[in-house]
Amino acid sequence: MRRVLSVIVLNEDGVLSRISGLFAGRGYNIDSLTVAPIPKTNLSRLTIVTSGSTPVLEQIVKQLHKLIPTYKVIESGQFVEKEMALVKIPLSEDFNGLDAMLKAYNGTIASSGEDFIVVMVADDYDRIDNFLKAVKKYNPTDIVRSGSVAMDI
Amino acid sequence: MELSGSQMVIEALRKENVSVVFGYPGGAIMNVYDEVYKQNYFKHILTRHEQAALHAADGYARATGEVGVAFVTSGPGFTNAVTGLATAYMDSIPMVVISGQVPISMIGTDAFQEIDAVGISRPCVKHNYLVKDVKDLPRILKEAFYIARSGRPGPVHVDIPKDVTAQIGHFAYPSEIKMQTYKPTYKGNPRQIKKAIEAIVAAKRPVLYIGGGAINSNASAEVREFAKICGIPAVETLMARGVMGDENPLLLGMLGMHGCYSANMAMSEADLMIAFGPRFDDRVTGKLSEFAKHAKIIHVDIDPSSIGKIVPIDYPIVGDLKNVVEAMIPLAKEHVDADKYKPWRDLLKRYNEIHPLKYEDSNEVLKPQWAIERVGQLLGDKAIICTDVGQHQMWAAQFYPFSYPRQWLSSGGLGTMGYGLPAAIGAKVAIPSKTVINFTGDGSILMNIQELMTAVENKVAVVNIILNNQFLGMVRQWQTFFYNKRYSSTDLSVQPDFVKLVESFGGRGFRVKTKDEFDKALKEAIESNTVCMIDVQVDRFENVLPMVPAGGTLYNMMLEYKE
Ligand SMILES: Cc1ncc(C[n+]2csc(CCOP(=O)(O)OP(=O)(O)O)c2C)c(N)n1
Repeated sequence: MRRVLSVIVLNEDGVLSRISGLFAGRGYNIDSLTVAPIPKTNLSRLTIVTSGSTPVLEQIVKQLHKLIPTYKVIESGQFVEKEMALVKIPLSEDFNGLDAMLKAYNGTIASSGEDFIVVMVADDYDRIDNFLKAVKKYNPTDIVRSGSVAMDI
Repeated sequence: MELSGSQMVIEALRKENVSVVFGYPGGAIMNVYDEVYKQNYFKHILTRHEQAALHAADGYARATGEVGVAFVTSGPGFTNAVTGLATAYMDSIPMVVISGQVPISMIGTDAFQEIDAVGISRPCVKHNYLVKDVKDLPRILKEAFYIARSGRPGPVHVDIPKDVTAQIGHFAYPSEIKMQTYKPTYKGNPRQIKKAIEAIVAAKRPVLYIGGGAINSNASAEVREFAKICGIPAVETLMARGVMGDENPLLLGMLGMHGCYSANMAMSEADLMIAFGPRFDDRVTGKLSEFAKHAKIIHVDIDPSSIGKIVPIDYPIVGDLKNVVEAMIPLAKEHVDADKYKPWRDLLKRYNEIHPLKYEDSNEVLKPQWAIERVGQLLGDKAIICTDVGQHQMWAAQFYPFSYPRQWLSSGGLGTMGYGLPAAIGAKVAIPSKTVINFTGDGSILMNIQELMTAVENKVAVVNIILNNQFLGMVRQWQTFFYNKRYSSTDLSVQPDFVKLVESFGGRGFRVKTKDEFDKALKEAIESNTVCMIDVQVDRFENVLPMVPAGGTLYNMMLEYKE
């Protein structure tokens, strides 16, 4: 089962390795992890996408809670979840239909160079999956996903 | 007050009422040691290995319930200490370990004696700190002690770079702890407690499953009272030996891999398990799908992540065990009828009569179990018992008559050979009025034998009793049962002369082969008031029984081993 966790922690040295160490040491999965400070506080918010059986997910939440710098673990309720992807496409490709695709996935052209363009999309996690499948036909040379960010609502 | 980082360490220990520190110096922690030299608040005991410094602090902590403290230097000093951290972590022992680190400007450069200490300690401590600025040091030290002793206790590691120990800063030791994020739950939820009592009232075959948490929360008196009011039979884990007191008619004994028949059968046939601070270790549960499979489970633990980790729990109660049992007692008085469980108690008593803990004594060769029983008869509650790891440890847990908590100090979770002697030193330093016995093996004792020097130097009169079977006995036992007697690398018949060895350190040694010699040596050892080692030549092939093979079921114990 896939699960999104929003974890609020003290923004201090080593806190990220405490969390990644917890996952590594206990054999839990991390599908993606993003982190940034929460404005005007001494806290950071991590969005962790993980997967496992119900008891494993329950343990993950309890173990995250057990870490001394953990302030809050938000695990249930509703989230708005978005992910970003950057895709580099050679200019030699035929861009027919690309515009419509970008529109459908909240995308734009983020940058361009002499022989490539970089497109950017921001959308739900599974829609990013779909976009990346669809964009294959333009033979992208590089793809970067950001990992999910989530906000509880 | 303006102080250097090193002076702050000393002041903080004084504020925390630390009376003894165990440790070993080196370059990165020399500033601190210079202040140790100048002060007279606490005693510093120089061990002969960092691992032993931590085990000694651990033994001190287990014997007293206070925080044990150790100092080590950076690099190899710290890596030597890791086993001590892990040992304390697995058994939830409160400890603060302060290590030196290379100066901040050199961190990350592979400097001489640099190692990523907080990176290494992270998985085996409750929390750790790398101090980057002297102004944080008072707060960090205060937090370290607070975290070590509160909630589920555990070791806390503070790594201090050498330049930070030299820096001058303002010292104001916080009088209060204000941590935004760490807030253990002490009081159990009253609704859950009420439900638990209702479950007890509804049960026919309840059993108390008592774990190390009962010792950590100093809940022994409350647990005994609760058991008595309810008339519920009790089993203890290895870590909980001493909680009920072996004279207690409700105590069936230790459960698990080498638990007694009645205790394991009680767990297997119970319809309600009341788990007071155990952690459902695999050495206790055996095969999980068969573990207490007829029982509903009440689990009280201060650590929420401990609840439901191994088996699903019907009545989870997060809180300090002492508080929770205190809250349960009046309800139990009102609602629970102890007579109702009499048939169940009688059944378990019969089980105990059919299959008591036993061994075949002999007059030809000394039996290790006999030696332990004998020490129990002669010393009883006058002794604190430490052990190393192996068969001798299990026999001590089975055959020594424990009567109070903190009388039994043994590495349960990590199973650390080499723990016994340094832990015994820590315990004797903490409680000099008690005789401190370390039951050890001819394998284990050699893992920290150098600590005989620490004991002799500091006049810490511990009595080491080697149950010498010239084998890594516990491993040999598994080889006998499960590997067709292929004794791969377990024969220790090439061994030092333990008597001469202890004498060379300045202690006293005895070698005994008969019961009379044993009695005489023990008496002399205790009266000598010095560090002693009694090398007891025991039956080489004695096995620890009963035994539940790893992953087996508690109700299918091997009660005997026949060739
Ligand atoms: C540091 C460490 N290494 C290895 C082991 C594995 N081990 C468990 S019991 C045991 C044998 C212990 O032998 P001894 O100390 O002679 O005690 P006995 O079992 O003979 O009583 C070993 C090697 C361990 N527990 N700890």
